[in-house]
Amino acid sequence: MLEIKNLHVKLEEEDKQILKGVNLTVEAGKVHAIMGPNGSGKSTLSYVLSGRDGYEVTDGEASLAGEDLLEMEPEERAAAGVFLAFQYPVEIPGVGNMTFLRTAVNAQRKARGEEELSASDFLKEIRAKAKTLKIDADMLKRPVNVGFSGGEKKRNEILQMAMLEPKMCILDETDSGLDVDAMKLVAEGVNALRDEGRGFLVITHYQRLLDHIKPDVVHIMANGRIVKTGGPELALEVENNGYADILAEGV
Amino acid sequence: MALPEVKQNETDARLATLTMPDGGCLAEARHAALSRVQTMGLPGRRDEYWKYTRPDTLTAAEAPTAAVLDSGEAPLFDEFDRLKVVFVDGVFDAAASDDLSLEGISIERISDICDKDIHWAKDLYGVLEARGQTPVARPLAALNTAFARDGVAIRVTGTPSKPVNLIYRHAAESSDAILHHVIRVETGASATILENGPAASRFNKCMEIDLADGAALHLVRAQGRDHERRAATHLFARLSTESVFKSFTLTVNGVLTRNEAVIELTGDDAAAHIAGACVGDGDFHHDDTVFITHDAVNCESRQVFKKVLRNGATGVFQGKILVKEGAQKTDGYQISQSLLLDGDSQFLAKPELEIYADDVVCSHGSTSGAIDEEGLFYLRSRGIPTSEATDLLTLAFLAEAVEEIEDADIAASVVDRLEGWLARRR
Repeated sequence: MLEIKNLHVKLEEEDKQILKGVNLTVEAGKVHAIMGPNGSGKSTLSYVLSGRDGYEVTDGEASLAGEDLLEMEPEERAAAGVFLAFQYPVEIPGVGNMTFLRTAVNAQRKARGEEELSASDFLKEIRAKAKTLKIDADMLKRPVNVGFSGGEKKRNEILQMAMLEPKMCILDETDSGLDVDAMKLVAEGVNALRDEGRGFLVITHYQRLLDHIKPDVVHIMANGRIVKTGGPELALEVENNGYADILAEGV
Repeated sequence: MALPEVKQNETDARLATLTMPDGGCLAEARHAALSRVQTMGLPGRRDEYWKYTRPDTLTAAEAPTAAVLDSGEAPLFDEFDRLKVVFVDGVFDAAASDDLSLEGISIERISDICDKDIHWAKDLYGVLEARGQTPVARPLAALNTAFARDGVAIRVTGTPSKPVNLIYRHAAESSDAILHHVIRVETGASATILENGPAASRFNKCMEIDLADGAALHLVRAQGRDHERRAATHLFARLSTESVFKSFTLTVNGVLTRNEAVIELTGDDAAAHIAGACVGDGDFHHDDTVFITHDAVNCESRQVFKKVLRNGATGVFQGKILVKEGAQKTDGYQISQSLLLDGDSQFLAKPELEIYADDVVCSHGSTSGAIDEEGLFYLRSRGIPTSEATDLLTLAFLAEAVEEIEDADIAASVVDRLEGWLARRR
């Protein structure tokens, strides 16, 4: 599904190498978690995969289902199946949540040569999915993320994910700013989307999100590289002992 | 004091092309207005009040030409049940208009009033325009008062069942239209007035609005579409106690547009909301000039102006809030913002506050900026192509002004029109 080989990335505006040879394969149907201390390059990886400006890929490859992601514009990557749930979802005053989502759904369908969703079908689908995520109708009518609490913003991200049905879901520290109940709700939304055709890359600082979203594989990232890979027990090890021992081994 | 020779010559040349209607109850107001024009002279580039906008083509003796365009799309407001009052190149078209009778409102042509010796409009025609000549001279408005041959006098006495739609059609490539409307909304009465259409190759329009106690008027206008027109409009409004005036103007292209609004809040607890959204491309030049005077207690005014400019378009905003002594508890808000979609466009702003009362809340802000890159990436990351994402953010930028339209259906039709314009420009 997602294949990253020897990915090197630096910031465009300053000569600072952030990713220094990331290798990663996420298979369809699997949930991979990436943990690591601040500044290790986790968010950069998510941004580079989704096509954000400001980063220069100096070496390496990244592909999704055989398609070269690095050659694509952000919207093309989205249509190809990449979805990034933002750590800090952007507020867009003046654009209704519903209008935004319908535009996004239909833009992706159009890009894939599929028929656009009619207004009534879209409404039916979004209402059903919003109900599962405990998102009330009022939130759908409000401008995108404006005035939303931290939990609402994250639930809104998961709602978008549910509506867009991507192949590869990247969650960038989705647990930040969430209380226990909100985290549970978000995790339930993610778990409902787990299936054989979809891969997940869950970036997180803490074990607690992984209590709810059970990963198949856990990676530890440090200094722009993946330094250790293991099973779910690796996250528990980090929870109990921190990163120091792992980093010492990795170096 | 004598006018400078150049200004005198230009004023004389323009006046020589015009003929003042004779006699009737408006004659005195017309002659007084002519005298004001002759004293002030028509605006020129050296006038401070016109420093951002070249008035030449608005004051030239002959009107510049503008092609008559048909975009093929239905005129704005066509989907609403409304009373149509149609002007073609500035002349009332009875055949295209509806029967002007409607309960709660009376509508008469200014040209018909001209023949009468006594009429209620006599107490309003040219009166607010004359009051609006200080502290700044507005000679194009005085010219309008003196020479307008057509327009309507609207008296609202109840709550009409539907809006009145003043429709301005453009049929001749070098039409030079001057229209003057007066509107009196009586105590407790309320109405909605819609205006739309390109009007003429050159359009000079003046609207005087007098709101009695507890009256309400909502004005929504859409100027032109993609058109070479030039327009100078003046809106003069006087608000009495607990009256409400809301105005929204949508301007889409046009070579030159200068919209002036002069609002006086003279009764306690009155509220005036003046908003505008414009989108311009290329040689588009759009100027909003607003002067709001608070002269009573506990009044509220809002000015919300948004401009989207690209391919070298220019936007101007001059807005002033004057709070007179004694106008305590004034709440004055003014914002003008422009979204520059490229480096060639420019926005020139002159926001001003002048306050002589000590218990007021007044704020003003003026900004210009590019599209929000964070927002753009967010939308693109969801699969929305750059052009569509830019349009969405553009509509979002304009939303604060569009939200000033009270009727949700009318607001939605304005948004539809903006979406169409943006889509055509992709």
